[in-house]
Formats: sequence, structure tokens, C-alpha cells
Amino acid sequence: MQISGAQMVIEALIAEGVDTVFGYPGGAIMNVYDEIYKQDSFQHILTRHEQAAVHAAEGYSKASGKVGVSMITSGPGFTNAVTGLADAYMDSIPLVVISGQVPMSLIGTDAFQEIDAVGISRSCTKHNYLVTDAKDLPRILKEAFYIARTGRPGPVHVDIPKDVTAQIAEFDYNVELDLETYKPHVKGNPRQIKKAMEAIANAKRPVFYLGGGIINSNAAYEVRDLVHTTGIPAVETFMARGTLSYDDDLLIGMLGMHGSYAANMAMSETDLVIALGARFDDRVTGKLSEFAKNAAVIHVDIDPASISKLVHANYPIVGDIKNVVNEMLKLSSMVDSNNYEPWRETIENFAQLHPLTFHEDSENIKPQWVVKRVGELLGDDANISTDVGQHQMWTAQFYPFTRPRQFISSGGLGTMGFGFPAAIGVKAAVPEKTSINFTGDGSILMNCQELMTAVEKKLPVINIILNNNFLGMVRQWQTLFYDKRHSETDLSVQPDFVKLAEAFGGIGYRVSTKKEFDAALKEAVERNIVAFIDVKVERFENVMPMVPSGGSLFNMMLLEKKESK
Amino acid sequence: MNDNNERRVVSVIVVNEASVLSRITDLFSGRGYNITSLTVAPIPESKYSRLTIVTSGSVRVIEQITKQLHKLIPVLRVYEHADLVEKEMALVKFPITENISDISAICNAYNGKIVNVGNDVIITMVADEPKRVDHYLEAIRKYNPKEIVRSGAVALER
Ligand SMILES: Cc1ncc(C[n+]2csc(CCOP(=O)(O)OP(=O)(O)O)c2C)c(N)n1
Repeated sequence: MQISGAQMVIEALIAEGVDTVFGYPGGAIMNVYDEIYKQDSFQHILTRHEQAAVHAAEGYSKASGKVGVSMITSGPGFTNAVTGLADAYMDSIPLVVISGQVPMSLIGTDAFQEIDAVGISRSCTKHNYLVTDAKDLPRILKEAFYIARTGRPGPVHVDIPKDVTAQIAEFDYNVELDLETYKPHVKGNPRQIKKAMEAIANAKRPVFYLGGGIINSNAAYEVRDLVHTTGIPAVETFMARGTLSYDDDLLIGMLGMHGSYAANMAMSETDLVIALGARFDDRVTGKLSEFAKNAAVIHVDIDPASISKLVHANYPIVGDIKNVVNEMLKLSSMVDSNNYEPWRETIENFAQLHPLTFHEDSENIKPQWVVKRVGELLGDDANISTDVGQHQMWTAQFYPFTRPRQFISSGGLGTMGFGFPAAIGVKAAVPEKTSINFTGDGSILMNCQELMTAVEKKLPVINIILNNNFLGMVRQWQTLFYDKRHSETDLSVQPDFVKLAEAFGGIGYRVSTKKEFDAALKEAVERNIVAFIDVKVERFENVMPMVPSGGSLFNMMLLEKKESK
Repeated sequence: MNDNNERRVVSVIVVNEASVLSRITDLFSGRGYNITSLTVAPIPESKYSRLTIVTSGSVRVIEQITKQLHKLIPVLRVYEHADLVEKEMALVKFPITENISDISAICNAYNGKIVNVGNDVIITMVADEPKRVDHYLEAIRKYNPKEIVRSGAVALER
């Protein structure tokens, strides 16, 4: 079939089963937008900023497990999207981002809205393409989707010059993929897996170290099986929240900088770390030389470059987590869960010694209370996204996650402004669940224009602003490590968040008591409407416990008995 | 570890396609790895090119370099060479007033020769192991070389 490059883009998206595209038009991508206008196979969601188009696609992908798609124009459209690409790259989120480019004849002339897009995106994508001939488009688009979702997933960027979208060429999407240089290794080595199981059987104090790769590989339920049949306690990284349900007896909690005392102590005392889809991020390990110092390490990951990058793996296993865990399950009779009873008791003692908690306050609303309260009221019925800062850590610590893909947050890059557009994408993917975004008074202003997207497309995201009149997380570090010099973190001057929401056609609530909060949340859920709930919370609350950066996991700053300001 | 910054030679076979070289060099610069020299040319009668990269780093760094290179989509194969034949080339320009027969004799000792004699200058070429090219350049210093160009290394496993 002879069609234009622009039509090819549409046909490819349809063939890939794409139902939602997030984007923002402009000159260089107009041919494609003209075709979008003519079709009704997928919906297009117009965000109000290209960064948000990519974050929304990330949220969509994380909630649904599908490849997220965004579409943007050249020059400023593309540069606006770069933060989103970098965010998706760091968190291994499968995306295909299509950008327009100036016509081939103008490339290299510093033309209007020209930028070396593939040059810029190279370092923050899994792969990228500049399409120079429409006849390559079917192959390139097919490769792009394949590369995005296989192996260690990630964003793929396809830059298409305007004249290529106009060019007519043959379209056949049944092209054979000829990627002889790209062959992800999905099946773990059986001998290594057997050896790993032997190591588990011989360990006295093993710990599962569960990472975000489990969620990417849709392996959470297999991992639950493995944890339960072996009876081995597990810690979760921030990115793995929801792999085990919050009420699972074998879940010790989140580890790392703001992990629980029990989780970090378990990691410090273990003799065998069983790392599944985790990459030993510095926010997780603390001081590397002290991390799980007396432990052997089993490391399962789809990405060979992640294995032994930071911590030497005694049992490296390259493969897809789901695949490897299924193989481990077949050998689970080698392991006797009774052997770990004393170890489970030790961990239970750690948990009782310093449980993850906070001090209630009769005057002020504590931010942690808000998170817990939303958990009590909505629990499993909500999908939760967050922005970046203290509120993000409190959400990870205190929300009762029951399932994978329930928690969506920017981990690797830590991008303020991620939460709201991501929540819009989540709502588009999973309309039957309430979409809650926990955000801060700093973060929400970074993409608040997305109120318009959410209102227009009737994607009722509820933004709960834990308003401490501070860039709280930075303020916390200033309090603890910079002698309380709160340089440029005071956000006392604020917009009226209620009016802001209303100005866009949403609804706003200002809340300063617990009762008001309950009422506001109930009403927002019932009215099913885009909302800001501006909650005045205790200003000087710190996220505790905390491992100061570069410190050892077992040297945590714990919640003080009396709070200091 | 006292294996820090050991010199290593890595060969990379890549698909010949636009910007593949910058993908490789970006990877080095983005991750703070060092490139001492780099040589690229198409492999005859194939759709591949071969890069020879001379780099340095600890065992761990080199392992990361090879793994990260392998992750790039157009990369077919990465070899970190242990036992190899390695050659480098140098072209040197001398004033015609220098002693040609001395220069020629030195070149001979380093697998080289005089390749051009003009009105004002003579140009020599040597191709030898990188260490020996160093020695050659030492040896010819007193003949007042006007210009020196040195290629990157090429290498083959024995
Ligand atoms: C785009 C971006 N800029 C700066 C930062 C650095 N940063 C991390 S947390 C934080 C404060 C966030 O404040 P707020 O959104 O109010 O949340 P809180 O910590 O008060 O809960 C800042 C500035 C960042 N992560 N992202």
C-alpha cells in the first residue's frame, strides 16, 4: 500500500494496538496531526506542555504495562520533552516518543525550530532514530516498539523530518525485524539458578531484595509465590512498592535512605542477598562498602550491565525476572522455610524496636496522617502517584499498597512536576480506579497547567497537596546538615490553590482539620472531578528514619522522642 | 586493587549506520570513561565496521565499558583483548637539511621508511607496536621533526 509517512505513523500505532497518544502539535509534526484528525482508532490527549505529554505517557505505561506513546514537534517541543525522556530512561519505562523535525533540506542550516534532537536524546533514550526516508518508517517504528518493550525496557525516540511525513512510499508493517545485534537474554542459566537455590538452602539469614524490575517484568505474583514458599523475608525498594501487599507477614518494608529500621537492619545482618530486578542504587545501599557486608549476593537482572556494577554478585543470573523466578519456583522444594524461623524472629524484633511511625499532633495535621488516612478511605481502590520531595517518601512509607502498578513515582531522576501529568496518564489507562496524586506546594507548580488537560479530557485526578510552605525535602537537609540555613526554600508566598483549580474548571478545597480533609476527599471522589485538596500540614516535619547520604544503612537517624524544629 | 588505570584495547563490531560512532563516543564521555585512541573502518564485504579503542581503567571499569558498549543496539560484538597483535602508525615530516640516511636507517629499525621527498621536507612512515612507536619518536627527536601525526591502534587477537 502506497501512503504518506504521516499515514504510516498512524497505521503503525494502530497495528501496535495503541489506544491513547499524549502530545502537542507544531509545524514540523503537522502532517501527522492532520492524519490524527482523520482517524478514530485511538484517542489523542492534548497536554498543555510537552514535558507533561511524556510524563503522562509514563504514567499510562506504568499503570497499564503497555508502551506509552507521545508525539511532539521539533525544536522547543522536543527540548521540553527531554526531561520526560530522561525520567523514563532512568526508570526503564517503555515509551515511543515521536518528534517532528525540520525538512531534510533544512537540517544543519540552523533553520527555524531546528535542534539536533537525536543528538540530545542519545544519552537519555534506550535507542533513537532520525528517519531520512519514508520507506524506512515501517521498519523503524516496528523496531522502536520492540526495543522499547523488550529486554530492559526504556524510551525510544523517533525523529521524523516534515518532508518525510509527506513522502509517499510503500507501507507494509509485516516487515521482518532483522535486529541481529539486539538479542535480550531472557532465559536465566539453569546451572546458575540451581546454584543460587543451593545457596538459599544453605543460608541462615537470607533476604529478598525486591526491585522495580519485578514490576516491569510483570513478575510480582510469581515473586509473591517464591517469597511464601521459601518463607524468606523481603525488603522492597521504592520502585518495587506493591510487589508484596503491605500486610504480607514476610514484607519487612522499604529499605534505603528513608527505609524502615527493620529493613535496613535486615540488609545489614543478612548472609545472603537475593536481588531481583534491583540495581543497588546509592539511595538504597548507603555507603557501599558497608552494604550487606557479610552477605553473598544472588543478582537476577535482565540487564547484564546492572549485574556486579556496584556490588559483586556471587551468583549472577542474566534473564527476565518472571522467567527466572518461575525456574526458581520449580526448585523450591530444595529450601526448607523452617530453617529461617530464628531469622524471622530477629527481624520481628527489629520491627518492634523501631517501628515505622510518626508522632501525632493535636494542633497540626501531620502529613503522614494524610497518607495513612487516604489509605484507610480508599486503599486498593486508588492508584497513587506522587511528585518529588518529602510527600513522596511519606507516601512510599505509609500508603498501604496492595498490588504492583498501584504506586507510580519518579524514582531514578526524581522529577518534580512528574506527579500530576503521570496521574492523568494513569487515569486514562485505568479509569475505574480513583487516581490520587500526592504532591507538594513546590512540585505542583511545576506542571499545574495540566489542570486544563485533566478538566478538558474529564480525567478526574485528585491532587492532594501536602502544603508545608516549604520545598520541604530541601528544607529538611538544610535543617539537618546546613545548620538550619533555609536558603531559598521558604514558600510562604503561595498562590490560592483553590482559586487556581477553579480557574481551570476544577474544584479546590482548603483543609486545615482532619474532619475537613475527610469531607473534602469524600466529596472529590463522589463528584468525580479534577480537584486540588490543599492540606495545611505541620511545616517542620522531617522524613524519618533517615540514612544521611553516604552513611551506612545500620546508622540511621531515628524518629526522636520529642520533635525539634 | 592496584590494577587501576591499566591500558586496555577493546574492539567493537558495529552495524554501519548513521551516528553509530557518536553513540560510542557519547557513551564514553557520558560515563566518564577515557579514550586514549580510536580507530574505525568498515570491515570489507560486510555491513559492519570495526572500532579499535584504546582505553584505561580498573578491571571493574573495563567490565562496565564492555557491558555498556554491548547494550548499544547497533553493537554486534565487543572483545576485550588479552593476547593480541597491535600496531600503530606515525608519519613524521623532517627538514630536507637533516641527515636522510640516518633517518632512513632509524625508520628501517621500526618497520618504516621514507615515503616522500620534496623540495623542503622528507616524510617518513613507521608502523609498529605502540611502545615501539614511542621509542621511534624519541629516537628521531634530534633530527628536528617539523610535524608528527600518529594514528590510533589497530589490533587483532592472536
Ligand atoms: C525539577 C526538580 N528541581 C529540583 C529538584 C530538587 N528537589 C528535590 S525535593 C525538592 C522539594 C520539593 O518540595 P515540595 O514539592 O513542596 O515537596 P515537599 O518536600 O515539601 O513534600 C526539590 C526542590 C527536583 N527533584 N526536581
